[in-house]
Amino acid sequence: MRLTTEEQAIARGALGEAAGMAMRIVIEATEFLGGTQLVEISSAHIDGCLYHGDGGVEFAERLVSGDAKVRVPTTLNVGALDLLNPTRVRADDHRYDMARRLMAAYQKMGCRPTWTCAPYQAGHRPSSGDQVAWGESNAVAFVNSVLGARTNRYGDFLDICCALTGRAPLTGLHLPENRYATIIVDTNQLSESLRDTDVFYPVFGTWLGAEVGEEIAVIEGLSADTSEDRLKALGAAAAATGAVGLFHVVGITPEAPDLETALDRQKPARVISVTPPMIRAVRDRMSTTTEGRLDAVALGSPHFSLTEFSQLERLAASKHFRIPFYVCTGRGVLEELESQGRADELRQAGVEIVVDTCVVVTPILPEGGGVLMTNSGKFAHYTPANTGYEVVYGSLEDCVASAEAGRVVRNDILWG
Amino acid sequence: MSEIRGRTLIAGEAEGSLFKLAAPISFWGGVDPASGRVADPRHPDHGRIITGQVLAISTMVGSSSSSAIMLELLRNSTAPAALILGAVDAILPLGVIVAREMGHPTIPVVEISPRELANLPERGYVRVRKDGGIEVRSKK
Repeated sequence: MRLTTEEQAIARGALGEAAGMAMRIVIEATEFLGGTQLVEISSAHIDGCLYHGDGGVEFAERLVSGDAKVRVPTTLNVGALDLLNPTRVRADDHRYDMARRLMAAYQKMGCRPTWTCAPYQAGHRPSSGDQVAWGESNAVAFVNSVLGARTNRYGDFLDICCALTGRAPLTGLHLPENRYATIIVDTNQLSESLRDTDVFYPVFGTWLGAEVGEEIAVIEGLSADTSEDRLKALGAAAAATGAVGLFHVVGITPEAPDLETALDRQKPARVISVTPPMIRAVRDRMSTTTEGRLDAVALGSPHFSLTEFSQLERLAASKHFRIPFYVCTGRGVLEELESQGRADELRQAGVEIVVDTCVVVTPILPEGGGVLMTNSGKFAHYTPANTGYEVVYGSLEDCVASAEAGRVVRNDILWG
Repeated sequence: MSEIRGRTLIAGEAEGSLFKLAAPISFWGGVDPASGRVADPRHPDHGRIITGQVLAISTMVGSSSSSAIMLELLRNSTAPAALILGAVDAILPLGVIVAREMGHPTIPVVEISPRELANLPERGYVRVRKDGGIEVRSKK
């Protein structure tokens, strides 16, 4: 390892015991990633504040007791509680207490209490080329791909250790030479009408993650005005079904002004042409059931943006939902909705706005299981294992129509 | 008996039955830290127990929260006996490092090539040595 004098001093405890432990963890992680140097970072996003067990709480509180303070602007991912609505989450006293202690510990280290998995839509937007250390797989995919900042897929613990030291292992996607695509994914065989619907993007992302794993793809054939929410949905699904930390889209993402640049003018290892039957098959696999009874709808993984709320408001106007209808979002977005007088109208239609957390990471859905409908590829992926619910994937329009009918309603026309 | 030279990520000695996961996994959402059971109903090894096994993993997928599940497995004594990884991944070894810093028992983590991992037998008994050597027997 080639460490600077400052890095060596921090490791020996110059900034306190916690920063010392954090630096030792960063150095060791660098070693097993095959790196020899650290890189200075300018921001961090922390995934470690979600309660998974008492071990994580003990670790965070150990850091706090060692005077831990983050050295770069740092946002927080979701926790296991809706802090603004404490009865929202079913938790026994122990779980509630530990989840709250964990969230408090990360705040004490100086992290901003954003509690969102879409920090990039809560004002935390690094610039192209910035070195950062981000956790939460969808946020990593977004910050690398859409914003062009540079991070590896940091997990719980290493993310906070990077924030406390202001350093990350100089490996992987921090290095420009490792950010070029090796696979071309051509979507031109798909109809333009399919590519111009929101419901396509989570399906495409689900396929992409399973197909490319941790390789870097450059995607051709998406419209130059593809919205940020569509790219968010694509990356989140791809990062759930594969280890996708970075993808490029020709003419849209900053490192792909054209195909040749994204490929570093090298021949790709593979060229894949996506066909309608491939996408249709993935769409079918994303549901474990497709008709009949429906018990709840959940939207907002990643957390719903203000734009997505506007779409929902248009569809839900004058409707009333027969089943629980959850929308997960950040408290920053809820504040905006409240200040514009929009939150109450949504609630009157039957929308339950969940903040600081989400329905697949903590018990919110009604007990006893059932069938959950979602427009999120990430929810579709994690719902069966994490909640015990069956899942059915549909568009936002399908979700609203189904919630009104109290049973699964899906428009199949698009899918042939 | 066959022997593979692995790269030691976290040194240690361990032995146990080989459990070669049939598909990539996310520990978060995929493994229950209380029971050590593969909890994802869509994973081909759903229902099997990883506790005490030498777990061979070709690649990790999904959430970066898998390090936290690794820490909980070690803290709860439901962890595998050792990890053999077929791809460089910081996520699981990190959970092991943090467990060590917190004073919990740890396990060896060794990296081998994807080809060597693919060639491991479906069943067998494995000893992981401190130097990263992996001894594979078809039976104990």
